[in-house]
Amino acid sequence: METITSITPLIIISTSLVATFLIFFTDELSKNLREAWTIIASVIKFSFVMSMLPHILDGKLIEYTLVTIAPGLKIQFKVDALGIFFAILASFLWIVTSFYSIGYMRSLNEHAQTRYFCCFAIALSATMGVAMSGNMFTTFVFYEIITLCTYPLVAHKETPEALQGARRYITYLLGTSIAFQLTAIFLTYKAAGTLDFSNQGLLNGAREAGISDLFLTITFILYMAGITKAAMMPLHSWLPAAMVAPTPVSALLHAVAVVKTGVFVVVKVVLHVFGVDLLSSLGLGTALAYFASFTIIVASIIALKQDNLKRRLAYSTVSQLSYVILGVALLTPSAIAGSIMHIVLHAFGKITLFFTAGAIYVATHKTEISQLDGIGKKMPFTMAAFTLGSLSMIGIPPLGGFLSKWYIGIGALEAHQLPIIGVLVGSTILNACYFMPIVYSAFFKEERHDEHHGHSHGHSHSKKGLEEAPTIMVIPLVLTAIGAVALFIAPSIFLELAEMVVESVKG
Amino acid sequence: MKEQAPILIVAIPLLMAFLNIPFGLFKRTLSYPITVITTFLCVYFSYLIADTVVNNGNISYRLGGWEPPWGIEYAIDHLNAYMLIIVSIVSFIVAIYSKNSIEKEIAKEKTVYFYTIYLLLVTGLLGIVVTGDLFNLFVFLEIASLAGYALVAIGEDRAPLATFNYIVMGTIGACFYLLGVGYLYIVTGSLNITDLTKLLPPLYHSKVVLVAFAFFVVGVAIKIALFPLHTWLPDAYTHAPSTVSAFVAATMTKVGAYAMIRVMFTVFEPSFTLEALPTTEILGWVASAAMMFGCIMALAQDDLKRMLAYILVAEVGYIVMGVSVGNKEGFIGSVLHILNDSFMMVSLFLVAGAIMYKEGHRNIKKFANLHKKMPVTMGCFVIAAISMVGVPPTAGFFSKWYLILGAINAQKWFFVAFLLLSSLMVAVAFFKIIQNTFFHPSESHHKHEEPIRDEVPSGMLLPIFVMSVSLLLIGFLSGQIIDLLIQHAVPKGF
Repeated sequence: METITSITPLIIISTSLVATFLIFFTDELSKNLREAWTIIASVIKFSFVMSMLPHILDGKLIEYTLVTIAPGLKIQFKVDALGIFFAILASFLWIVTSFYSIGYMRSLNEHAQTRYFCCFAIALSATMGVAMSGNMFTTFVFYEIITLCTYPLVAHKETPEALQGARRYITYLLGTSIAFQLTAIFLTYKAAGTLDFSNQGLLNGAREAGISDLFLTITFILYMAGITKAAMMPLHSWLPAAMVAPTPVSALLHAVAVVKTGVFVVVKVVLHVFGVDLLSSLGLGTALAYFASFTIIVASIIALKQDNLKRRLAYSTVSQLSYVILGVALLTPSAIAGSIMHIVLHAFGKITLFFTAGAIYVATHKTEISQLDGIGKKMPFTMAAFTLGSLSMIGIPPLGGFLSKWYIGIGALEAHQLPIIGVLVGSTILNACYFMPIVYSAFFKEERHDEHHGHSHGHSHSKKGLEEAPTIMVIPLVLTAIGAVALFIAPSIFLELAEMVVESVKG
Repeated sequence: MKEQAPILIVAIPLLMAFLNIPFGLFKRTLSYPITVITTFLCVYFSYLIADTVVNNGNISYRLGGWEPPWGIEYAIDHLNAYMLIIVSIVSFIVAIYSKNSIEKEIAKEKTVYFYTIYLLLVTGLLGIVVTGDLFNLFVFLEIASLAGYALVAIGEDRAPLATFNYIVMGTIGACFYLLGVGYLYIVTGSLNITDLTKLLPPLYHSKVVLVAFAFFVVGVAIKIALFPLHTWLPDAYTHAPSTVSAFVAATMTKVGAYAMIRVMFTVFEPSFTLEALPTTEILGWVASAAMMFGCIMALAQDDLKRMLAYILVAEVGYIVMGVSVGNKEGFIGSVLHILNDSFMMVSLFLVAGAIMYKEGHRNIKKFANLHKKMPVTMGCFVIAAISMVGVPPTAGFFSKWYLILGAINAQKWFFVAFLLLSSLMVAVAFFKIIQNTFFHPSESHHKHEEPIRDEVPSGMLLPIFVMSVSLLLIGFLSGQIIDLLIQHAVPKGF
């Protein structure tokens, strides 16, 4: 495979780092200028990511080694189809989210906005770092940076609940990554003598080199326990706790960047660290698939009980993330393609849902599902987007979510795992059970008037007609909803990239 | 001058320590510039020495032209050069910092004496590192220790009591070390390290040599506060003046660790140390206990300096653990950790001093919103804390990487678990502080007026800033540092 050495990956990462400084020093002097930096950085970042796309589609690799610190420890970027897939997704949604953030933060007149936008920008830099990293060490570095710089975002409100949530967040993410993931990296290095990703799996030759199956199995379990960002049960409870964060954070980070980093690293570990051959001969793929199935079903059942909208969405995310893990764990071509597609399809659907949750909060200060009766009449655009988002989650054509479930289903058949089909069907029904009532009550029930005790938003009951959130928030959520539809009709680039990944790991 | 650097690096601070008194009595404000200039010269000399060692190989400097083993020899290899750089840089940085902090914490009439003793301490530490003679090493060890006792005693009201404990323990440690030297002298008739290396192997079965070895190890273990011989350290380092805490925390234990490495792997051959007695096995487990104990105690502290002192106890465990596993990776990890830990400790203790300077206390629970008042200081604190936890790409990660690799290669899985577990506990300890500071749930955002920005003077801020930034730089340079210096220091047979 042809390799191009290019500094582009570094530019992509530094764009938002530079933006961080500009945001920090502009501070409250000029709010418009400060927010402009975010927008400019996000657009520049996206265009640089796109500039790499043609080369990748030509089947080339883009590589850049920043520094070699010691043997085995180098900061190296290697952009392949899987990497650019994730990079495009995250950098595109950052642009959308930036506009939304500005609307959200200004409407609610939040404090510490400079800190908020700074941390957001660093988080995106680090996400790009994970997406483009060429070895497990680089991945780990950026993985940790994401944890550290999203911690202030979760603690943003500085209320006791926010601090408690943030504490749980950092404990789960930092704790497990040091205790388990780092150990797994050590074991990998000991077994293979390198940490560079390879398409056949860097541990591929380990068995021949005399590494025992037990050793490899323990390493794999440590990886799965250590990549807590993927929110697999039983290590998922940081994600609902992180919902105390402002909604744009939940939307981009806890539906896309952070959690997708988690599943992305899982995919990397499965495909590029262990490799399809090794995992299937160890039988670990199937074990992981059933573990993920468990999470899919149980998280959906828990989601049914949640009345807080964001918490319900969070449990839905826990469940949906395991689809990606399930797909890749089946180790068949269609399932892997489906799993990779699910990263992007779920992202568009879920970010829409979070955007609407935020819009509802800004417009009406409502957070609970039981308060949403009749809201569809006041916020038709928002709730229409919500409907599209939930249909995509459920997986009804013509929405994106259908595609990935279809592929994973075919993959399950290829792997002769019929029970997995049952899991897919069961979870689809559960998804419908927890999303459809919201849509129903929003559009077809009458608003209840007795609930509020009249403070602060008493006026909202007297008025008729539209009460949408600010336009700067509504446009992004409509856009992402349209995206969820468009991805079903024309998944072109993403599907092509997913198939390239499948091709490459087949060797 | 380059040839004379090994003696100048000891003689200049010693001379200036004495000259400081007449100058200081003539004009008190002269002491500070004298100290800064002297320590800067030490940095320069250590650079000259390191440059020579890297380019021309080991240095053997004969005091007064007497041939070793009769005369005193200053023998400098890569490990010595490495230690010299660490000690001299830290002493220079802390000297710059000292001015304002000392004015605040120490009575005016004592400042001249403070700087004199400070320079004596620097002399002692540098002397331990340059000398190639076991008895001479003892002399410098005592100079450093006595100066250390005096400096600690200048501190807060409870400092004299803490110093008393420190003196008792320190003296026992020194005695043990001296007994070790004595026994070796009985059987070999030599005090020169190079000479002993040649004379000792035929005597390895001798009980006297074994006893001497045990005395060395225990004696040095007291000096470096290895658990359970650490009892003097937390009190002493908590109540000492902030400047002193920063300096001794960063250098005393590290130089002690150097002495331990020297005795274990140069005076005695690695094969003896690793095989003759179960020393390294015991040291490994003791070090694990130190890591666990230090971290657990650190979690329970509200006093920032006391917390750091307990973390130091744990960090000493790291260094000893790396040496004890007896392979190349572990050794590199230990030696690299000497550098990293010393810079991290300086940064953190200097921050503690800065907080003392502005707030007059160092109670973690009262840190709320300190970052608004002192953004740069607290920013540096966060960098140093992250490095202490060992998150890449900060320096702390890379030494832990080698330490853990060493433990894995030696198949010591328990040690791996302890290393990771203690990292986690350090993380909890520091995040407690970070959360208290940055995200304090202040019930009243509106009632409280925003704290006004009120940083420490630049003389204190600059050292803090430089040290924290260096933690990031060292992280990226770890590979070069290993290539240039540490890998040459790895004992043969590893």
